[in-house]
This record gives sequence, C-alpha cells and structure tokens, in this order.
Amino acid sequence: MAAVHSEAHGETHNPALLHHFATEEQQRDASSFGMWIFLATEVMFFGGLFCAYLIYRRWYFGDFAAASKSIDAFLGGTNTAVLICSSLTVVLAIWAAQTARRALMIIMLLLTMLFGLAFLGIKAVEYKQKFDEHHVPGASFSFEHESIPGHPDQYANPRHAQIFFALYFVMTGLHALHMIVGLGIFAWLLWMAWKGRFTPEYHTPLEIGGLYWHFVDIVWIYLFPLLYLIDRHP
Amino acid sequence: MFDNFPLWPDKASTAAGNVDALFIFLVIVSGMMTLLIFTAVVYFAARYRRQQGVQAEQIEGSIPLELTWSIIPLGVFMAIFFWGAVVYFKGRTPPRDSTEVYVVAKQWMWKLEHAEGQREINELHVPVGRDVKLIMTSQDVIHSFYVPAFRMKQDVLPGRYTVAWFRATKPGTYHLFCAEYCGTQHSGMIGSIVVQEPAQYEAWMSGGTTGPLSATGEKIFAELGCVTCHRSDTQGRGPNLQGVFGMPVQLEDGRMVTADENYLRESILDPGAKIVKGFKPVMPTFQGIVSEEQLNALVAYVKSLSKPGTPGPKTAEAAPSKAPAKGSQVE
Amino acid sequence: MSMATATAQPVERVNYLNKEYGVWSWLLTTDHKRIALLYLLSITFFFFIGGFFALMIRLELLTPAGDLVQADTYNKLFTMHGMVMIFFFLIPSIPAVLGNFLVPMMIGAKDLAFPRVNLLSWYLYIIGAIMMLHCMLTGGVDTGWTFYTPFSTAFTNTKIVEAGLAIFIAGFSSILTGLNFIVTIHRMRAPGMTWSRLPLFIWAHYATSIIQILGTPVVAITIVLVAVERTLHLGIFDPKLGGDPLLFQHLFWFYSHPAVYIMILPSMGIVSEIIACFARKRIFGYSFVAISSISIAVFGFLVWAHHMFVAGISVYAALVFSLLSYSVAVPSAVKVFNWTATLYKGSIRYDAPMLYAFGFLGLFTIGGLTGLFLACLGIDVHVTDTYFVVAHFHYIMVGGALMGYLGGMHFWWPKISGKLYPEGWARLAALIVFIGFNLTFFPQFILGYVGMPRRYYQYPQEFQVLNVLSTAGATVLGVGYLLPMIYFLWSMRYGKPAPDNPWNAAGLEWKTPSPPTTYNFEEEPVVTWEAYNYDEIDAAHKEEVPVAG
Repeated sequence: MAAVHSEAHGETHNPALLHHFATEEQQRDASSFGMWIFLATEVMFFGGLFCAYLIYRRWYFGDFAAASKSIDAFLGGTNTAVLICSSLTVVLAIWAAQTARRALMIIMLLLTMLFGLAFLGIKAVEYKQKFDEHHVPGASFSFEHESIPGHPDQYANPRHAQIFFALYFVMTGLHALHMIVGLGIFAWLLWMAWKGRFTPEYHTPLEIGGLYWHFVDIVWIYLFPLLYLIDRHP
Repeated sequence: MFDNFPLWPDKASTAAGNVDALFIFLVIVSGMMTLLIFTAVVYFAARYRRQQGVQAEQIEGSIPLELTWSIIPLGVFMAIFFWGAVVYFKGRTPPRDSTEVYVVAKQWMWKLEHAEGQREINELHVPVGRDVKLIMTSQDVIHSFYVPAFRMKQDVLPGRYTVAWFRATKPGTYHLFCAEYCGTQHSGMIGSIVVQEPAQYEAWMSGGTTGPLSATGEKIFAELGCVTCHRSDTQGRGPNLQGVFGMPVQLEDGRMVTADENYLRESILDPGAKIVKGFKPVMPTFQGIVSEEQLNALVAYVKSLSKPGTPGPKTAEAAPSKAPAKGSQVE
Repeated sequence: MSMATATAQPVERVNYLNKEYGVWSWLLTTDHKRIALLYLLSITFFFFIGGFFALMIRLELLTPAGDLVQADTYNKLFTMHGMVMIFFFLIPSIPAVLGNFLVPMMIGAKDLAFPRVNLLSWYLYIIGAIMMLHCMLTGGVDTGWTFYTPFSTAFTNTKIVEAGLAIFIAGFSSILTGLNFIVTIHRMRAPGMTWSRLPLFIWAHYATSIIQILGTPVVAITIVLVAVERTLHLGIFDPKLGGDPLLFQHLFWFYSHPAVYIMILPSMGIVSEIIACFARKRIFGYSFVAISSISIAVFGFLVWAHHMFVAGISVYAALVFSLLSYSVAVPSAVKVFNWTATLYKGSIRYDAPMLYAFGFLGLFTIGGLTGLFLACLGIDVHVTDTYFVVAHFHYIMVGGALMGYLGGMHFWWPKISGKLYPEGWARLAALIVFIGFNLTFFPQFILGYVGMPRRYYQYPQEFQVLNVLSTAGATVLGVGYLLPMIYFLWSMRYGKPAPDNPWNAAGLEWKTPSPPTTYNFEEEPVVTWEAYNYDEIDAAHKEEVPVAG
C-alpha cells in the first residue's frame, strides 16, 4: 500500500497521514470532528441516566436527600478536585507536545494517569463504605430509620432510597468504566509519546484523547453535585 | 356485517359513533390523497414515457407549489388533530356520577368488582345507557382493557389506577381483549362485556350477595385499625377522611394535590410520599398487607364518605355498616 | 491480475473485488466497498431468519386456534421476528450496504473518514448477531421487541439480558456508522462538491446518521438499566419498589421512534436517485427534499409518546405529542409530492429500479397516510395495539424501506458487481412483491379496525378469513423476495458484464469503473456541475441507447 502511495503522489509527508485523506489538515479535522460526535453520543448515553435520576429525584426528593446525605461528600469533593487537576495535566501535556517538550509531555501524561488511578481508588473506598453500610441495592439492602434532612421526625422510604442507590451505582459505575477506558487510552498515548510519535505538527491522538478525558471529567462535575449535594447544609 | 368476514366492528357505545365518523373522514381524506398520487404517478408515467427525440424538461421547482402543498396538508392535519383531540378528551373524562367498576387485571384474567359488590371474572355486566367508569389496576404486568365495540382501550398498570369509561348503547355481548402483551396467555386473556336492558341488569344485580364494595371497605378500614387515627372529628392523628375524595389537599411541603383514586391508593401504600399539612408522618405503610381487591374496597369506602348523607367512619367496635343509599347511584 | 490477450472475453481489470483474494483480505479489509459486501451477506442472512419467523407466524394465524406452536413459542416467534428484522436487518440495511458502498464515491472521496472504524462497525454487528443467534437457539426471548417492563424485568424467564446485550452491541455498530458518515460528508467532499450539489442520497444518509448518533445511545442505556434491574432487582422500573414502568416506555420510545426514521430516510434517498435517473431530470424541489430529510430527523425526536397515548400518560401530554406527530407528517408528504412532480415532463423508463420506486411511492403513501390515523388521538385509542398498527408499520418498513432497498440494489448492482441482472425477471419480481405485499398487509388494516389485537396467536373465529388472506399474500411476497436472491447470484456468474454507467446516470459513483477500483477515483474529481445534470448528460449521449438487460 505504501508503494502504491508514493507512486501515486511522489511526495513525502508524515507517515501518519492515512491514504484516503488528501491533507494532514483534513485528517486532523476529521479526527477531531469524529471525537466530538462520539462525545455527543456519550452525552446522550449518560443523558438517559440523568433523565431517570432527575425524574425520581423530583418525585422522591426527601428520600433522595436522606440517601444523598449518607454518601461521603468529602471523598466526592476530593475526587472532583483530582479530576480537575487531571484535566489540567492533560492540557499541559498537549501544550508540551505543541512546544516540543517531550519530557514534560511524558510527565504530564503520567500525572494524568496517576490522578485517574487516584480517582478510581477513592471511588473504591466509597463503594466499600456503601457495601459495609448495606446500601448496595439487592438482597442485603437496608436503609431503615434514616431521617429526611430538615424533617427529623420523618424517616425516608427505604424503597425509594434503594432507587437512589441503584442510580448512584449505575451512574458512577458507568463513569468509572469510562475512566478505566480513559486510562487505557492514556496508557497507549503514553507509549506513543515515549516512542516519539508526537511532534508539534502531529499530535492529534493526544488532542482527541484529551477531549475524551475532559468529557469524562465534565460528566463527573455534573454527577457530583447532583448525587452528593442534595439539600446539604453546613 | 358478514359473520365470518367482518369489515366493521359492532357499534355499541356512544363513543363508537364519534370514532367511526372520525375514521371515515380520515378514510375519505386518505383515499382522496391516495387516488390523487396514484393517478398522478400512473398518468405521468404513461404520458411522459420515454420517446425518441423528446427530452425531459428540467424544472427546478416551484416555491408557490411547495408552500401550497405544505400548508394545505398542514391545515388538514390540524383539523384532524383537533377533531381527534376532542373525541379523545371526551373519552378520557368520565362523567360525574358514573357507575364505578373496579378492575384488577392479572396474568391472565380480568377480575371485576361492581361498586354494588358483584364480582365477575372475565365478564362485565352493564346496563344500556348508563355511564360506567372503570377504575383499573394490575397485579403484575401491564395489561390493556380493550373493547372494540366501544372503541375503548386503556392500559392497566401495576402500582397505580388508570381510568376509562363508556356508555353502552346496544344490548349484546361484546369482546373484551387484553391489548398489551403480557406473557404466555396474552391472547387467552379474553372476556365479554354483557350489555343488558336495565330491567335485565337489575335482575342480574340482585343475584349478588356480597354487599357493596364500600361496605367491604368499611370493614377492612376497621379491621386494619385505620379508624384509630382517621376519626370523623379533628382529634385524630390522621386527617379526617369525610368528604376528602375529589377535593384539593394541601400538603406539608406546600404542594396542592387533588385527592383522586391514585392519591388514596398512594396514601395507603406509601404514606410518606405526601404528608397532609399539619399532620405528622406517622402512618405506617400497608404495602404487602393489603391485596389489590382490598385496596379497591378501601378506596371505594373512602369515596363513599364524600357522598352526601353518608355517616362518617364508625369506631372500631361498631357493627358492620349497611349498604349506602341506592340514591347515591346515577338515576 | 490476469492479462488476457486477444480473446472474446474483455480484459479483467483490477477492481476492488479481484484485487486480493483470500478470506483474510476480506475479513481485515478497510475498503468501504468490501465492508459493504460483508454487511450485504450478513443482513441478507438475517433477513431470511426474520422471514422464517414471519412465515411461522402467518402459518399459525391461518387458524383461530393456537394449534401450530405453543403459546410461549409463538411469543418468542414474534419477538424474534421483530428484533431480528429491526436491529439486524432494517436498521443496518441501506446505510451499511448501499451507504457504505456509495457515500464516499458520491462525494468524490477515496473512502470513508474512518475506514478502520468502519470495519469495527461490521465486527460489532457480527458479535451482536452471533450473540442474538445464540440467544435464539438456546431459548430466545418472549417479551415482544419492545420488551416493556415490568414483564421483561420481573416476570419472564427468557434470555433478556443476552438479547439486550446483543442489541446493545449492534447499536454501537449503528452509532459508529452514523459517526463515520457525518464526518465523511462534512470533511471529505471533493473540491466543488458543495452542500447544494450533494445527491439527495447523501442528504438522506446525513439525516439518518444524526438520528443514529443521538438516538441509539438512549436505547443502549435503557437496555443497561433493564439488564441491571433484571439481575440485581433494583426497582428502577418496578412499581412495588417505587419505580415507574412508564419511565421505561419513555426511554425506549425516545430512541425507537426516531429509529423508524433511520429505517425510512435512506430508502427515500434511494428513491430520489432512481426517479431522477429514470425520468431523466433533476428532482423537483431539490432543496425542499433535502431540508425535509433534515426536518424529519429533527422532528422525529419530538414525537415518541405517540406510542403511549393509552399507556397512562396525561391527556395534556397526549395532546402535545399528537400535535407534534402531525408536524412530522408534513415533510414526508412534501417529499412524495416532489417525487411525483419530478415525473411531470420527464422522459420515463420502466426499468426494474423505477418499478420499485413506483411501488415505494404507492405503498409509502398508504403507509404514511395511515400514520395520520394513528396520530389522531380519537382513532388511536381504538386501533393502537391492534393489527392496524402492524399493517401501518409494515407498509412503511416493507412497502417503503424494503422496496427502496431492493430498488437501490438493482440500480447499483452493475456498479457493485460489474454484472447486469436479468431485467425481465427483475420486473416480474417487482410486480410480485407489490402484489404480494398488498395482499399480505392490506387485510390487516381491516383486522385492526374490527378489533384484533397484536401478538395474539389465537383469535375469535370471525377474524379467520382476513388472516387467511394475509397469509396467502405472504406466500406470494416470499416468492417475490426469493427471485432477486436467485437472479443476483446467477448474474454474478452468468450476467452480462456491465458498462461503467449502464443507466447514463448522474452522480460521481458512475464515473468509476464497474466494479470500481479500491480507491475509487484515479484522480480526485473536481465538481463543476449541479446534481442531477441530466440535460447535460442526455445532450452528450444523444445517440446512445441506455443499456438494459
């Protein structure tokens, strides 16, 4: 295929340029556009969950508030900070690529992955907490005698609380799954960076990988207040 | 029409005529449109068949034509929408003072209970010319109560009541189908609506022995201890239920809701969902304790407390009540 | 590559079919045309499976009693018929076969924007397909293709999670195809190929792709929720636990209504191409047809609850959705009028593709008009969940989408295979399909109005005659579908070699050889003409007689 290629064009260019594209710019534009569209599909994917969540939250506000109180907002908040930092390191990695700072790029990619792992670790701690408190939906779920915030004399309905936790686990679980995929993508980007594949002229995979990472970050930024901060008071 | 080859369903309710008229109108409109397109296509295909030496004429388009054939159909569609909406609205608004029948659907049968107490399985007797309101729920999955002859269909859901109504116009026996797929015997969940002349219907009714549904409900109300908190004075720990049905209720979180059948049902199964203003959230849930039929009876009982001239709930030691006055029924 | 000397056979050029042989050259191809053929084989296979289920259904319905199969089996039959036909045949069909093949060529590109993603799409489809096959062979599903809760989450023991997973995976195949098309159409058009010069086939696929990327993820997450609920009993849809079965329906139909536009829009694109070619003129009202495609895609997202008028939604919600449903009918009507107007003062030939296009016009008109009945609240209460709905959607999906697909397959067959199909047989098949189709499905409108519900395997005696008519029609229809299978296969071996442009059609795809080379164009085309420039084409070919079989 490469032979046919140089026969047809007789000019040299970045080996990363795929044959069906006319120019590198077209390839870059197409790749970036493709990732944006993929992110649009992800918005719709999470959107269904957010929709279900918003409906039940409106119907069972008190029960949801009680359930929300029992998840650790400090850990959740820490995770938010962790993710925001990781998005910063992604941006810095791309800047490093644009300015041919290979070492910095690699460090930033490593840091990003570290932050991602930290996020998952903290998530695991949270999940374990929920498991220990019997807040995982299923046969051993229990949410008795938890009062509704602001209504000390009223207990939350455990069945509605179970719906909260069901959505909590599905939403944060799906998010965590995306984080894991993101880590995989960044491992691959790290390897490419290490191999010197990225130059100021070509670092498209970094950019679109970065887009994906930012998206996962933004989903969390919506998840956090919606799930952790219902009716919280200092 | 033909027995083995029906081209039109029986017409046996007041709604049927309206729906048929609408349908026929649409058949005519569609028929005309189909004829128009078919004729145009066939005519053009023949008239402009390829001939030697004759070129096709490149016509870009015509904005006036586009506007015409967008706006006129839109106008026709809006007319159809409006007419359909009126018919639908009427069909979903049961008249006041309808006779009530409680329906419990389960895989794969229909259980019906008249307010007067008669129970039926897979069959519903109704008199000609009376508004009948069905208050329906499912014990398991979603079903759908469908009577083609009445042009009436309403899904029956687990966990809540849905309502439908009809007024039969022609004595006879008509198909009752389940129209929402519900499992193995979905196509076996068939019954009949038996429409009778009023005299025949009264005769059939008097054969029943259980007593009205609301009386059953009153018994359950006492047995389950509801009467302890829901007294007919203002001293109870729970709201006085006298006259509550159909009226707006102010909730403690500021919302205002109407006390319809679903509100009553929810109050029994999930009392914490809506706390009446001024009361504490102390009512226990009866989910799992009452069956659908018992729920229906309780709802019928609370509704009966809103009928004029009905005494309030008696205390726990009272004797079972008599049937409410027949005058509370329509005509 | 064979270099023939002076023989009676033409020299066999290198083309995308013979460039490389061997299974791996096909299974690892990134050539959009080969991937299109991979899809062709796959979806045709599933068409026959779905068709077999349809046959069983119609056989059972010959008699009022349930006497051919058991109730549970019948329930599985109609469920699997729906799932297979919708997710594994109709939704991929035109986009993945004709779309994949033609989109790059029509815009003057060498391939889609993401050829490897294209191959991934096919593999995702195959994985989903294998899972679905396995599911069907080991017990199947009996929820209906709509798998409403709580039946699907708490009351059936059939293999919901497996079937759901299969559809989930196939859904991502659909999403990636849509993604690929959108990026391709935006970024890979040849110089001079402006948006207003695009063939309407491209506009149709662009609109379809919008729906694919925005709608499919919602059904994907719905399937996830059902699977999670089923395995972990979470209560999201279970009323006993405070959940709402209607929430499922909203989430499900939010995708599944736009899905029907995924199935019909590409077919409409094909009809535009065929009518323009066989009437030898530009489609009347080109921009209106293009805009209508986009409008249908957009408005299609706003009408989902018209599937729920009797489900327990509020009267006010029903009013809103009925009103919106009428608005989406307008662009479809506009298209039918524009196609009809294109015939005026055309120069029309009745080749097989055109016969399919005529059939489409007739059947889609009827199907679309019956949609007006269903959007009408007063009527819908009576006919929803009856055979009226079954007839309506088969008119659109089979009378519309499938006719368009067959028309397209005939139209582009010379390009795809390099061979001509036998025209006489093709015209006969088109006629048989048209007659068989109407015989099968028109009686079902009547069945529906007289009250026969859907998904019934036993029914009252008085419905039998109409059912028998329908089954009789189905056998005729079956013959109509078998014929093209046979003669297309036959033509691959024995058909006359096709010239590059047997129809003298407009469109960049016809400027390639039949069959095309792997990279489609020797040199990147530069477009300086409008779409459907049949006046210029016919002026240049005044002495030529178009080649037909």
